[in-house]
Amino acid sequence: MAFTSEQEAIMDSIVARYPRKRSAIMPLLHYVQSISGYVTPEGIEKISEKIEVATAEVTAVSTFYTQYKSEPVGEYHVGVCINTLCAVMGGDEIYDSVSKHLGIENGETTKDGKVSLERIECNAACDYAPVVMVNWEFFDNQTPASVNQLVDAARAGNPPAPTRGPKSLRTWKQNSEVLAGLSDGLAGEGVSAGEPSKLGLKISREGGAK
Amino acid sequence: MSKLTPVLSANWDQADSFTIEGYKRSGGYKAIKSALEKTPDEVIQLVKDSGLRGRGGAGFPTGMKWGFIPQGDNKEHYLVVNADESEPGTCKDMPLLMANPHVLVEGIIIGSYAIRANHAFIYIRGEVAHVVRRVQEAIAEAYKAGFLGKNILGKGFDLDLTLHVGAGAYICGEETALLDSLEGFRGQPRLRPPFPAIAGLYARPTVVNNVESIASVPSIINNGVEWFQSMGTEKSKGYTLYSLSGHVANPGQFEAPLGITLRELLELAGGIRPGHQIKFWTPGGSSTPMFTAEHLDVPLDYEGVGAAGSMLGTKALQIFDETTCVVRAALRWTEFYKHESCGKCTPCREGTWWLVQMLHDLEDGKGSEEDLAKLLDLCDNIAGRSFCALADGAVAPIISSLKYFRDEYLAHQKNGGCPFDPMKSTKFEMAGI
Amino acid sequence: MSTEQLTEVEMITCVIDGFEVTVPKGTLVIRAAEKLGIQIPRFCDHPLLSPAGACRQCLVDVEINGRAFPKPQASCTIPVETGMIVKTQLTSPVADKAQKGIMELLLINHPLDCPVCDKGGECPLQNQAMSNGRESSRYEGKKRTYDKPVAISTQVLLDRERCVLCARCTRFSEEIAGDPFITLNERGALQQVGIYEKDPFQSYFSGNTVQICPVGALTGASYRFRARPFDLVSVDSACEHCASGCAMRTDIRRGKTLRRLAGNDASVNEEWNCDKGRWAFKYLTTRERVSTPMVRGEDGELHEASWPEAIAAAAAGLKGKRAGVLVGGRVTREDAYGYSKFARVALGTNDIDFRARPHTDEETSFLSSIALDLKTTYADLDKADHVVLVEFEPEEESPIVFLRLYKQSRKRSLKVSTTAARISRGNHKLGAVRVALSSVSDLTAKSVILVGERAAESAGALSTAVALAEKSGAKLAWIPRRAGERGALEMGAISTLLPGGRPVSDASARVDLAAAWGVDSLPTTPGRTTSEILEALNKEDELEAVLVGGVDPMDISADALSQLLNTFVVSLEISHSSVTAIADVVLPVAAVVEKRGSFADWQGSVHSFDKAQADALSRSDVRILTMLSEAMGKSINLPTVSATEREIASLGKWDGAKINFAPIASGSAPHAEGNHANLTSWRLLLDLGTLQEGEANLAGTARIARAHISSKRAGDLGVANGDLVKVSNDRGSLTLPVVIIDIADDSIWVPRNSLNSQVIPTLGFSSGIVTVVKA
Repeated sequence: MAFTSEQEAIMDSIVARYPRKRSAIMPLLHYVQSISGYVTPEGIEKISEKIEVATAEVTAVSTFYTQYKSEPVGEYHVGVCINTLCAVMGGDEIYDSVSKHLGIENGETTKDGKVSLERIECNAACDYAPVVMVNWEFFDNQTPASVNQLVDAARAGNPPAPTRGPKSLRTWKQNSEVLAGLSDGLAGEGVSAGEPSKLGLKISREGGAK
Repeated sequence: MSKLTPVLSANWDQADSFTIEGYKRSGGYKAIKSALEKTPDEVIQLVKDSGLRGRGGAGFPTGMKWGFIPQGDNKEHYLVVNADESEPGTCKDMPLLMANPHVLVEGIIIGSYAIRANHAFIYIRGEVAHVVRRVQEAIAEAYKAGFLGKNILGKGFDLDLTLHVGAGAYICGEETALLDSLEGFRGQPRLRPPFPAIAGLYARPTVVNNVESIASVPSIINNGVEWFQSMGTEKSKGYTLYSLSGHVANPGQFEAPLGITLRELLELAGGIRPGHQIKFWTPGGSSTPMFTAEHLDVPLDYEGVGAAGSMLGTKALQIFDETTCVVRAALRWTEFYKHESCGKCTPCREGTWWLVQMLHDLEDGKGSEEDLAKLLDLCDNIAGRSFCALADGAVAPIISSLKYFRDEYLAHQKNGGCPFDPMKSTKFEMAGI
Repeated sequence: MSTEQLTEVEMITCVIDGFEVTVPKGTLVIRAAEKLGIQIPRFCDHPLLSPAGACRQCLVDVEINGRAFPKPQASCTIPVETGMIVKTQLTSPVADKAQKGIMELLLINHPLDCPVCDKGGECPLQNQAMSNGRESSRYEGKKRTYDKPVAISTQVLLDRERCVLCARCTRFSEEIAGDPFITLNERGALQQVGIYEKDPFQSYFSGNTVQICPVGALTGASYRFRARPFDLVSVDSACEHCASGCAMRTDIRRGKTLRRLAGNDASVNEEWNCDKGRWAFKYLTTRERVSTPMVRGEDGELHEASWPEAIAAAAAGLKGKRAGVLVGGRVTREDAYGYSKFARVALGTNDIDFRARPHTDEETSFLSSIALDLKTTYADLDKADHVVLVEFEPEEESPIVFLRLYKQSRKRSLKVSTTAARISRGNHKLGAVRVALSSVSDLTAKSVILVGERAAESAGALSTAVALAEKSGAKLAWIPRRAGERGALEMGAISTLLPGGRPVSDASARVDLAAAWGVDSLPTTPGRTTSEILEALNKEDELEAVLVGGVDPMDISADALSQLLNTFVVSLEISHSSVTAIADVVLPVAAVVEKRGSFADWQGSVHSFDKAQADALSRSDVRILTMLSEAMGKSINLPTVSATEREIASLGKWDGAKINFAPIASGSAPHAEGNHANLTSWRLLLDLGTLQEGEANLAGTARIARAHISSKRAGDLGVANGDLVKVSNDRGSLTLPVVIIDIADDSIWVPRNSLNSQVIPTLGFSSGIVTVVKA
């Protein structure tokens, strides 16, 4: 597919953020994903043209980073943290449960294209373990049941809001636009910090440990 | 009186702490005013005098790093903030940036001024959409308020700040891999020398600092060197964020002076979850050799943890109780390092691939005593042989777990598989679900 | 190393395995060890690539001034320092264990399919696993597998299972060739070499990656499964294709060339060559060889003949006749000398020319006066402050010159200017900018002007270049396209010069040479050029016969072949061609691999080579010419190549007065309006050249012929990239897809001799006015 002139202009604005064009390759790949849901051949060719590097070099970069997908993922991409701490705290049980519930394995997408599943590594929210990310939004302190409900609701088009994030869950493509550095105006939504983040502060305000 | 010292987290309980108004209300953007009154060299000296050390793991003195940047070389300089927080267990920078992104922006302005950089970058991991939103918005607000852009505060200092979003690669936390990634290449570490201070981003003098290091700078400017030095221990000055996770009653973030012990922190966190005992823990993420109950009183500063045989790292305290199988833990971390190995060098690429297979066999009860010797020999052939420190981190959980729990490895063979019930260590078990 | 460099470079002494070694500052430990004869095993290390430190095979123990590094260091990335003590695997158990550990890891996922691998027997992995590995592997797991082989171009195959990910190939492509079409993809244990699926590895230099691959991961499609290294006999040779002057290695098995590799010549090609040099050698076996002499009978057909019969027929046709000699640009120096002497002694004429291509009197004057005195070298390119390319496309017409320029371009942004009508891909890589030669004004004594053979097609270009060099002190070089031209010029295979640069017009030069040759006198009548010879063949009372070496008439002009039709033609050829088809006598000669000889590169450096196919029976041109001259009763007495070499050496170079260059005024390009356009062209490196015949894998990587036009013309024609246009004149037309680029609005560029774009046969010229319409 061809890119619209508006999309081309956005790509040019992304390139303009950097002293050297090549630096724009990562946000451009995120941006291509926001349009197509994954890194398409057309996207690779367009990026190659915009930043004047060989298509092979764009491919080399896009295949290095796990967030860039070479095939379409679901509208809601569910990542279950299975790194040690989350796994021990229940991530393994959550993954097994939701995988069975959806009938798909790691890297697969439901037939309706709504939900895809990925075993993900640590996502810097260990004090909220076990953690599940949907379209890279935090769903804290999850259980097998809560995640099954989450994916059911997502398939029904009514996903719950992230624990720490915008008021309603955005799609994979919409959030890819955020990762490309384009504002969706939702920064003001959601909490400043979750309870565990504020625990030390709270204890301090209360003046002591006990 | 609590030992806690909330500074970076002091406003996190404000609903608008992440906005410029919220930040200003709690004293934000005062530090840049006094910093820009000083000469850049004075700012560097101040940070040097404070004793602030890098909060990303290595603990290199921040002011000294700034001082390495050649001055008067008529080249562009860059400040790059490493917000690629990905080390397993590490979860301090993301909540900090979600709740208080402006403290980082203010720190960046001061740091850039000090090292004479007119363009700074934040390299943030890509798997955290809402944190990206908050930082992006903070930068936009700072531009609008005149704290970024041309002629900041009328002092003739120009600074552009660009947020660069990663895409899932732990190795980009390594500073030279981060620079390659930021330049649009695969995030593989570079040969050193040249060091980034001489030839970093775009081969220009560059400082790469951790989020928390840079975010600590405004408080030092505001409160002075003495204030900062009043906290911490002899060589590890100041306050820092400790992150408790795992089998504790109340996991979370605790900002305290360097040198606090896990015993003290556990008291604040309500102890190990009821009815259980601590088995092993990491002082600073998975690549720091694990500790056990015997290390509860080790001072959590750079020297104290080092003397006890590990590293302070990112102060990511992952706590595991007696329900946790250490072989499973070691395997999972090794799988992580295999997944994140960039592939550039042989020992890391092939070694982590092999280690995972051996640990799988050991977990399945298919390993023997001889295999443990082979495992350790393999670790010896990987550690210190690789291009960067990733592989050193990869073998740390294996070597340290074998040091403390060798019998548990062998118990898997005797048992014909893992003797632990994984359900018992879950949070649902804890909550009685 | 020159003394100048010795005094400049600081020397450092360190100790390796107990032995002191002194090396220039900056030398890597692995190289300092080599100097002592200590071989540290390695894979990613390559002396001409930037250090990677990736394979970790070369770990050694290092201490500096008593302070030991806590862990072993990669000797391929660490420079020597004063006070450094290095212990390699020979003296350090730690280094030895580290190396064995790395080797074990490299092999866990390697298929160990050496018995069926092309690399087996010459494989650094195989060899070093034996010398620096464990006795056996402790790996019991599954090996990583991939589909294989993957054709990353028509000529390079990739076997990912064998790859040790040393990144030599990807670094070569990016750093040396400037063609980053192969990259490391994926990550970690799944990291692998790859291409972007739609863009194959179409680099003119791709074969070098096969040669430097330290395992059998990259193989050449043409050589795969053809031979075992231990069955091959390797012979040092010189490349016969262009004037770059590459050292080569030819590998022969039982009288047949199986492959050719780049040889090492630090002053010329370093360790690289182009794919044409590497893979275009099947021309020898593709067309039907001329295996015996042939004589045209009364029936008008060629018949096989005995040597005495054929020589007698040729001698009869030439003796006492007014005959010319067309030598061609691919001769060895020795053969060129033979033609030159044959023309003067046996035919008594100066009607000889090596130029089988467009040429002018201006060029004749340039070649006769200045060209042989030019001393410019590759080293001058390394030091140049500005290089001006005059009707010369380095990547297409002399690829090693391109590599040298690219090296400096990458290292220090060397300034490059070109007179070309458009910026080619190669020149784009060099960052070249287009200039008008007359407006170049900022040259210094460190600047270099490289003039290509196509300068002869642009009136006044040579004159302007010479004037520019004289005025600025800049160095000048003439870089013909073919390997034999510079040597042929030196050997006097041109109407104006005798061997050694002796002017025909200089009586003392003639006397000097006549004495050496033992003849009474040499012809004094000024000779004809190639085109003049051809014209004279069809004029009453001018020429009656012609002796033709390896010439494709179509390279000269569209009419050249027909001009040969009505005259007595003696053809010396390796294979049947358009000339043998019309010749009266055909005499078979040896191909380059079948004979001894030498080529002079564009610098004038001579590259000698021996017979590669030792048992070949074919004879060099000079031997045949001697037989012929004897039959004519005027022997040139050059019975062997060795004898010829000795005679050339004993003659030496002319040190008397030289011919003066006669500059001419610059012409202006014809003006074209409307749908007319001024057509320019040059040959692409890989095209329909005769010597590339028979190698389909190579041809598969040739660049597709496209007509290059400006956006204005495209707009006027209503065409977009990829649309077809018809380029025509009254003789014929080409239909090509267009590509819109930065080129003058009144110009069009097409490749000169590519598939669907053979300019000279189709349009009858190499440049001129054409009509361009949408097809």
